[in-house]
Amino acid sequence: MMAFADSMLAFLPEPLRAVALILLQILPLLVVLILCVAFLTYLERKVIGYMQQRIGPNRVGPRGWLQPFADVIKLICKEVVIPGKANRFLFLVAPLLAIVPALATWAVVPLFPGFAIADIDAGLLYVLALTSLGVYGVILAGWASNSKYAFLGAMRSAAQIVAYEIAMGFALVGVLMASQSLNLGDITEAQSGGFLSWYWLPLFPLFLVYFISGVAETNRAPFDVAEGESEIVAGFHVEYSGVAFAVFFLAEYANMILIAALTAVMFFGGWYSFFAGEPFAFLAGLGLGFLREPSLIWLCAKIAFFLFCFLWLRATFPRYRYDQIMRLGWKVFIPVTIVWILAEGVMVVAGVGPWKGIS
Amino acid sequence: MLQNYLPVAVFLGVALALGLILLGLGMLLGRGRKDAEKLSAYECGFEAFEDTRMKFDVRYYLVAILFIVFDLEIAFLFPWAVSLDALGLSGLIAMTVFFAVLVVGFIYEWKKGALEWD
Repeated sequence: MMAFADSMLAFLPEPLRAVALILLQILPLLVVLILCVAFLTYLERKVIGYMQQRIGPNRVGPRGWLQPFADVIKLICKEVVIPGKANRFLFLVAPLLAIVPALATWAVVPLFPGFAIADIDAGLLYVLALTSLGVYGVILAGWASNSKYAFLGAMRSAAQIVAYEIAMGFALVGVLMASQSLNLGDITEAQSGGFLSWYWLPLFPLFLVYFISGVAETNRAPFDVAEGESEIVAGFHVEYSGVAFAVFFLAEYANMILIAALTAVMFFGGWYSFFAGEPFAFLAGLGLGFLREPSLIWLCAKIAFFLFCFLWLRATFPRYRYDQIMRLGWKVFIPVTIVWILAEGVMVVAGVGPWKGIS
Repeated sequence: MLQNYLPVAVFLGVALALGLILLGLGMLLGRGRKDAEKLSAYECGFEAFEDTRMKFDVRYYLVAILFIVFDLEIAFLFPWAVSLDALGLSGLIAMTVFFAVLVVGFIYEWKKGALEWD
């Protein structure tokens, strides 16, 4: 496949050909990602609808399948209002700062065995760096709008994102100690086998901390005080309209998909099959051996599951109070992760436990 | 080696281009008449009383400072965690001492009430 593409591009000079090849890998991923975002908004409304005994959107197209496209067209055609008192340059830079890290982090996510668009050794460091950048979009949007509600929302959400980022970083340190590599592909391979050899089992507290911090990082319910529509109308993006708002929206949902993907890669064995372990060896005898093969489909299934969890949480829990959010982040998650890292360090050095370096 | 990082740069460029195209498209298609009312900041039906860039709670500032300390600590932990196997017991003891210093600081700020948001 890649060799074929390479021969098609033979007319280009050498450095350009490399870039063109990379573009050929990036563009399909981006298109799929944006379609996923579009249908995730539809899924969200449908799932929450059914959980609340409603039907959800069902007017545009069969069963409402075209709803996301109608939304996109509407948002693009709406007027982009830049408030008179706003800081125009920062006001327009803020959505870009939100969208770029949300999309560019996908470069290092291992998609199927032996493949990531950028198979770099510092993968996890890159992920941490880029996800940290997201907070700039929020805080600049709130500041540049020069509106009280936007400002309050930005302050709240910046403090919240920053608090949970620490817990998230500590959880990642635990994964690093287990896998002894920063490369996301290597981290996945360190978990080879069925669902019993994935890191969610030995690192269960870190998995919980990571996923809940991920929900808080993306400002999703029940941690969505940044939006707080009943108190500060819409938080940091109250002054944004039309496509500028859509870009923030796209970034939020792309971040959700990213958190789901990273959870799958770091705690749920990425592309490995649920049935790859020893207890399911009988499947090969039944002619179902293909179920045990690692593939992109397994990664997608895990991402879909975690995305459903995002929506499920939103439909189930009422919004946290702000002081409770900060207490959970600082006084529960950080001590839990510190204790777990020390315990894991002792286990790694003592040579007990299911870590990669030992076996 | 460095070649591996080229896709990252290209990806950043493509993501930036996508954002710019979307914003440009919106600016192009979504034109409308502006007037003073439309361009004023959102407020519940009356003129804003005071400037937006007001004083804010010092605790936000505290959180930011604490974040820097802990995030740096994570940056220090990363290389240690990756090579813990090779470092062995001495590495573990060194990091435990480093951790202890930070945990003492953490307990101090907890007792001081820097983490309270009543």
